[in-house]
Amino acid sequence: MSQGDFERSLKEHGSTVYGERKSWLALRVDVPLLLLLLLLMAIGIFVLYSASGQDLNYVKRQSIFMGIGLFAMLVVAQFDPRFMQRWAFVLYIGGVGLLIAVIFVGVGAKGAQRWLDLGFFRFQPSEVLKVAVPLMLSSYLGQRVLPPRFKHVFVALLLIGTPAILVGIQPDLGTALLIFAAGFFVLFLSGLGITYLLGALFFALSVAPVFWFYLLRDYQKTRILTLLDPQSDKLGAGWNIIQSTTAIGAGGSSGKGWMQGTQSQLDFLPESHTDFIIAVLSEEFGFTGVLCLLLVYVLIILRGLMISINAQSMFSRLLAGSITLTFFVYIFVNMGMVSGILPVVGVPLPMVSYGGTSIVTLLLGFGMLMAVSKEKKRMGEQL
Amino acid sequence: MADFSTLKNPQLESRLYTARASFTLLVVLLMLGVLLWRYHDLQINRHQDFATLADNNRILVRALPPARGLIYDRNGVLLADNRPGFTLSIVVERTKNLEQLLSDVGELLAFKDSELARFEKLAKRRRPYESVPLRFNLSEAEQALIAVNEHRLSGVEVSAQLIREYPLGPELAHVLGYTGRINERELKRFDPKRYKGSHMTGKTGLEKFYEDQLLGEVGYEHVETNARGRVMRVLERTDPVPGADLQLYLDSRLQKVAIDALGEERGAVVALDTKTGGVLALASMPSYDPNLFVTGISTKAYQALTGSPAQPLFDRALRGQYPPGSTVKPVFGLAALDSGTVTMGYRIYDPGFYQLENKEHKYRDWKRGGHGSKISLYDGIVQSCDVYFYDVGFRAGIDVLHDYGTRFGYGKKTGIDLPAEAQGIMPSRDWKQGARGRAWYPGDTINVSIGQGFMLATPLQMAVAVSRLATRGEVREPQLVSTVGNEAVVAVSQPAMIEIPERYWDLVLDSMVGVVRDLRGTARRAVGKIDYTMAGKTGTAQVVGIKQDEKYDASKLAKLQLDHALFIAFAPVENPRIAVAVIVENGEHGSSTAAPVARDLISAYFKYYPDPVETGEVEEGDALLAPSSPIESAHESG
Repeated sequence: MSQGDFERSLKEHGSTVYGERKSWLALRVDVPLLLLLLLLMAIGIFVLYSASGQDLNYVKRQSIFMGIGLFAMLVVAQFDPRFMQRWAFVLYIGGVGLLIAVIFVGVGAKGAQRWLDLGFFRFQPSEVLKVAVPLMLSSYLGQRVLPPRFKHVFVALLLIGTPAILVGIQPDLGTALLIFAAGFFVLFLSGLGITYLLGALFFALSVAPVFWFYLLRDYQKTRILTLLDPQSDKLGAGWNIIQSTTAIGAGGSSGKGWMQGTQSQLDFLPESHTDFIIAVLSEEFGFTGVLCLLLVYVLIILRGLMISINAQSMFSRLLAGSITLTFFVYIFVNMGMVSGILPVVGVPLPMVSYGGTSIVTLLLGFGMLMAVSKEKKRMGEQL
Repeated sequence: MADFSTLKNPQLESRLYTARASFTLLVVLLMLGVLLWRYHDLQINRHQDFATLADNNRILVRALPPARGLIYDRNGVLLADNRPGFTLSIVVERTKNLEQLLSDVGELLAFKDSELARFEKLAKRRRPYESVPLRFNLSEAEQALIAVNEHRLSGVEVSAQLIREYPLGPELAHVLGYTGRINERELKRFDPKRYKGSHMTGKTGLEKFYEDQLLGEVGYEHVETNARGRVMRVLERTDPVPGADLQLYLDSRLQKVAIDALGEERGAVVALDTKTGGVLALASMPSYDPNLFVTGISTKAYQALTGSPAQPLFDRALRGQYPPGSTVKPVFGLAALDSGTVTMGYRIYDPGFYQLENKEHKYRDWKRGGHGSKISLYDGIVQSCDVYFYDVGFRAGIDVLHDYGTRFGYGKKTGIDLPAEAQGIMPSRDWKQGARGRAWYPGDTINVSIGQGFMLATPLQMAVAVSRLATRGEVREPQLVSTVGNEAVVAVSQPAMIEIPERYWDLVLDSMVGVVRDLRGTARRAVGKIDYTMAGKTGTAQVVGIKQDEKYDASKLAKLQLDHALFIAFAPVENPRIAVAVIVENGEHGSSTAAPVARDLISAYFKYYPDPVETGEVEEGDALLAPSSPIESAHESG
């Protein structure tokens, strides 16, 4: 595209944006993405009603969270990506600060210190980092010449590593993994050299034993060992996996029907409405249900990647790509662990598992994605 | 131009990003493929396995133990009942700290190590949320202790099941027996399907003999449970069939009379209904409380029972083998007559002893100086003259005695519906050759002819023998149970009787009447005045041998060496309905201790059953003889 063509195209865009500007109510929304998300939420509510044992309270609370999330998403969607790029570091530094605060004044449950008690509600700073890390990384690398040089890679790794380790020692392996993945995707999409990748692989293999013997807690080791042989501890750690694979397998091709799953309805399935909700869906709707859900997920991922490829700046591309891929990591880790091919880590099934924090965080991410998707038009507007 | 490497190149970056994004999309699709492969494998390829697993998870087949059949006496008095018993169990998943809980419960109930060991063994094999039994048969006090402390015993459960109870306790211990926990040996022998859910089985007595009928059929229940083992709903149910109830011929009131009549003495009483062979009373004293065994007797209590010289666990009526003594005289009298050995008019002289030709040995009569001259069979029975029977027995020979003795049931199991009956001994040449490896001596015959020597019989056999005398040879097996469930038990009776001419019967039975009525009758004083007719025979069974020319002197013998007192009787004489055999261990003379027991029992029987119950068809004349109704009479007079 020559400079002239570029300017012409800008003018064309400008005229359309100009027309939009007249109606000040018009929201900047990516309609296909919004529709897909609404469909996903509907599926989620439907399954949750059954998984919670027909408890309308869960459905009500989940709907409220979804409402809050959608509102937050629409607000964020109106932001100018350059504004986000400029102020990313504030969110990031604030988030890391809170993580450090958790170490000193945090409250915990089940041996993990993850929360800040704000009096009226408990707040999990690690959730902020799920958004802040890809934002910060995209902001930082978006301003650099790509592919990144050694210095920039080093800084980027520091930016990822600090919060990931702070969350990892809480310990919250699931969130640490998601934070690390979000940051890593930015690095990778920014064109990280193949030598770095090989080096990282080598490094990972060499520190694995250190992790195993010094850093992982016993229960985390048990989870990994259990993955290899669930029958070794049938009533303890293996119980969850045995019951969830049983539920999935018992669903067959078309499932036992909504609210007819014996594994979930009779409480054999642990955490059936939160992390293990996919087992409920699998049991009650069978392989068909799983295929339908995955189809919706894949469409969302495809839309997200499309937005990222069409984005106007490197920052926008990296941010959109990272958010989309992190979304996939949620899906893969959750469905993998429930079906027994990954160790049990606390990662929810996006938009389906019960839990307000993850829904709001995810929708905030999609808000950013939407902001990126509308960037083109705003460029025209500014000219 | 600036250094390109420090300037951003949007086109290059855009292409770089698109390449990377496309690559990751490929990886994403690949990983999704892995997920799909995994879910496909679980849901399609291995669906059947997991469907079965899920069903096994939720569907539990529970055995429903049947209620054991109850046992009633002939008048419907409950003799064996099922009462709810309480078991303490623990749901490990609901406890906060199992060790702490066990020590807390232990403080309240004081466990045995064996109980804890069993609990731990069962706890290892349990399903999640399954309750594991720790202590069976909680007493009411223990239940109360648990209830009061319930708040600090989370995970503890108390559940009910049926436990056998014998309201009359020791009175019927030897008849009913008792149930107990199934042991390893029985476990191997039993059909595991029938005993699913039952932990108890009959160990002795009727409980053992009628185990098959009493047990009932196990029921099943397919229930859907949740992960905590709580039953959500019943999917399918086959009700258990309760065991059949037993009704006995036995009358618990007569049983009580018999026991009271024995008092502090050790001994046995057997009363038979001569018409049916039904057992009216069957007592062996001292006895024990069978309820102790149901719930598992303590070692100390058990040792007290087994260590007692009075042997309360020993069923004297069925397993006690005593020399029948003079009670066999009517039988051998019949043997002598019927075999043609002597005639009805045969008489002897009794100098107080009997000697075989060319032998020094003197066989003594119990009466020093003898019964005098012209002793007939009648005198022999009424006065229990030993010398008469030495003489007659020797003349008849052991083969004849054995033949007739056997016909009256000696030396054979009676066939009563109880386990572990003793056989007794009706000696014969063959028997002695086999058991002792010696030839039969004439002296042996002389001892046997007064029911001593090798001859042994159980009180039950003696009762059977007197019943056959009373009925003039009708053969019936004694039977405790009259009905099982709704079906009457057909008593095994062989009317093919002992064919003996009536006049011989008349003579022998007359002399048995003489025993209680004749001036010289050995039991006249002991029986005293009665308002019915009765025939009997006293007996004395030697416990220690008396040396030649030595006098039996009770004062020199310890209580346990004293003779056993025996008495057999039946009544009424004209139409006998009840036959009784009594033995009082170390009671010395049959007349003094055993006869009053029989008399009390028979008197009680006539008090409770004053009129004969016609078991046969009603005779035609009966209807005509029936008195006209008083209402009709009133009309006529009005």
